[in-house]
Amino acid sequence: MLVHSNNFLIKIIIFFFILFTTSSAFSEEKKVDLIKTNWSFNGIFGTFDRASLQRGYQVYQEVCAGCHSMQQLSYRNLSEEGGPEFSIEEVKAIASQFEIEDGPNSDGEMFMRAARPSDKFAKPYPNIEASTAANGGAYPPDMSVLAKARVGGADYIYSLLMGYEEAPPGFELDDGVYYNKYMAGNKIKMSAPISDGIVEYSDGTQTSASQISKDVTTFLVWASEPHLESQHRMGFKAIIYLIILLTLVYMSKQKVWSRFNSKKESEEETFDKVERTVTKYEGEDPKTFK
Amino acid sequence: MSEEKYIPKSKLAQWFDSRLPLLTLSHHLKEYPTPKNLNYWWTFGGILTFCLITQIITGLVLAMHYVAHVDHAFDSIEHIMRNVNYGWLIRYVHANGASMFFLAVYIHIFRSLFYGSYKSPREVIWIIGLIIYILMMATAFMGYVLPWGQMSFWGATVITNLFSAIPFIGESITTWLWGGYSVDNPTLNRFYSLHYLLPFLTFGLVILHIWALHVPGNNNPIGIDVKKNSNETMPFHPYMVMKDITALLVFIIIFLWFVFFAPNALGHPDNYIEANPLVTPSHIVPEWYLLPFYAILRAIPSKLGGVIFMFAAIFILMLLPWLDTSKVRSAIFRPIYKKFFWVLVFTVILLGYLGAKPPEGIYLILSRLATFYYFFHFLILLPVLGRYEKTDPLPMSISDPVLDKPGTFDKFKKVASKYEGENVSSFK
Repeated sequence: MLVHSNNFLIKIIIFFFILFTTSSAFSEEKKVDLIKTNWSFNGIFGTFDRASLQRGYQVYQEVCAGCHSMQQLSYRNLSEEGGPEFSIEEVKAIASQFEIEDGPNSDGEMFMRAARPSDKFAKPYPNIEASTAANGGAYPPDMSVLAKARVGGADYIYSLLMGYEEAPPGFELDDGVYYNKYMAGNKIKMSAPISDGIVEYSDGTQTSASQISKDVTTFLVWASEPHLESQHRMGFKAIIYLIILLTLVYMSKQKVWSRFNSKKESEEETFDKVERTVTKYEGEDPKTFK
Repeated sequence: MSEEKYIPKSKLAQWFDSRLPLLTLSHHLKEYPTPKNLNYWWTFGGILTFCLITQIITGLVLAMHYVAHVDHAFDSIEHIMRNVNYGWLIRYVHANGASMFFLAVYIHIFRSLFYGSYKSPREVIWIIGLIIYILMMATAFMGYVLPWGQMSFWGATVITNLFSAIPFIGESITTWLWGGYSVDNPTLNRFYSLHYLLPFLTFGLVILHIWALHVPGNNNPIGIDVKKNSNETMPFHPYMVMKDITALLVFIIIFLWFVFFAPNALGHPDNYIEANPLVTPSHIVPEWYLLPFYAILRAIPSKLGGVIFMFAAIFILMLLPWLDTSKVRSAIFRPIYKKFFWVLVFTVILLGYLGAKPPEGIYLILSRLATFYYFFHFLILLPVLGRYEKTDPLPMSISDPVLDKPGTFDKFKKVASKYEGENVSSFK
């Protein structure tokens, strides 16, 4: 029974491999491949492009912020290391454009004041319900960690922004619903937010829809992982350090073990071994052992 | 290596050790004899201890910043990620640490299955190990609820709802577990409390696990007993310590690679969406390390049946020392068992894959087949195999297999010829 062990295993593996491949052919939904972009923040040395982050913030502020909150971010984050790195003066100026509710004051009243860098980003709506009601029943998700909350991350967001198309003939769309190639079910309640020239860049970068989408995607990735750059830097150092340490430890281990391995066998032990082996092979022709 | 009574050198140490034998204990740990042929699969015990301690330390720091309240939990995690100094590092180590902990524990368990480490006289070590594993799953599950993302909430809802399948009292038990009529703030609070408690229970059990190990000593790849106080064993320190550290460093490199370069690869993106009881995610999936059991749960057509089979899949392992009737420990000498061992490994991985897929069509059929095989393996195959399998001859000692290598017999004849003509009894 089961003499050819390898054949047996291989047969099982092939059997399941065929099952897998055929099963995925008819039970999985058709997946559209996302647009793959060579992002500067990918890979173990990935860093953000500062200018792109600054432009991305501008896009967020002018295009997205009307509906999408970013409640985990504070204005001060915009000047912090590894981010868009606006100067402190610039951040103060940015923050002061927004009105924030504060209070209660000594009279017990809430009041509005200009935002400071330490404040969280001003929200477009006071709560989720208000935001849902104002957007045709679909809540525009908070964008603080959006890039981490979607399968495909940056590629998904970029693809979605670029994925608005005419619905194929026969595809039913209600009012206020749009066709998007990359959205699950292809129906999305957000109208195409990005188009050529929708923002004006002060640094002279061209304002194609694709460039604008890239900038805002970069900004969203930073927003969801603000320490990404130090994460990559520290990771590289830590792993190099550990590899060196591992080499040294492995060499010490070999050295320590050689002490044991080279311990001279006592004559008694050698004899024991011989005796055991001889008993084992007793009566057999030594020539049959290769 | 010696078993004789240890006496500390200084008078003071003797005075102390006779009152609390900590020095004797540390001497025992240092000199604990380990078989010299232990391979790198035996380093996972140390790796797991490292994982537990890492989880406890990082968890301690996270607990200083985390807020266990449905309105603040999600935001407090983001606060840790953004504003706490190196909070992102601590949280990513903790989150990925859970995955690495399970990776190591699965290797540790399968090593035990391959080399028959659960067999007499090590049944108690095995059972304590399984209790640790169950506690780990409970702890990890509750830990996954704490960030209060969509998968946290819906995972908690699905798993706690399982208890409602118990006839008559199921509904009351579920309500009691929740502390209300749905997963809500009381649930989050008690999960936090238990998530903090269970690791310390686990730690206690780890001590028992090691204690029980030190009674019979380690199994080894050959699976036959070693002679203590012989050339077949080496003291734990420095030999095994050095080997364990070497393996641990390789493990930490892989661990940190995830932490720094793919910290969210093992999690679900939906958990970065704050929990919303009104929106159900399209697929509710647990963390990867629970998927095989999730697949078994869904493979059974009835809810109660699924729950029974899922728990049975874990508890059946407790009976393993008695289900496996073979007296030979190591799969090296069990040609048929060895093949089925790999079939089992494959089945468990397959179940894990199926647990992540929707329970329909071919996936459901495969889950049922795999579930059937899982139980067949333990309940039928192992008892029968132990009786009828023709095992390969066992060597007399762990040193012998080396001599079985091609060409060694000739070498032997050379060694033997040295002694030719001498009186055997003169060798003492």
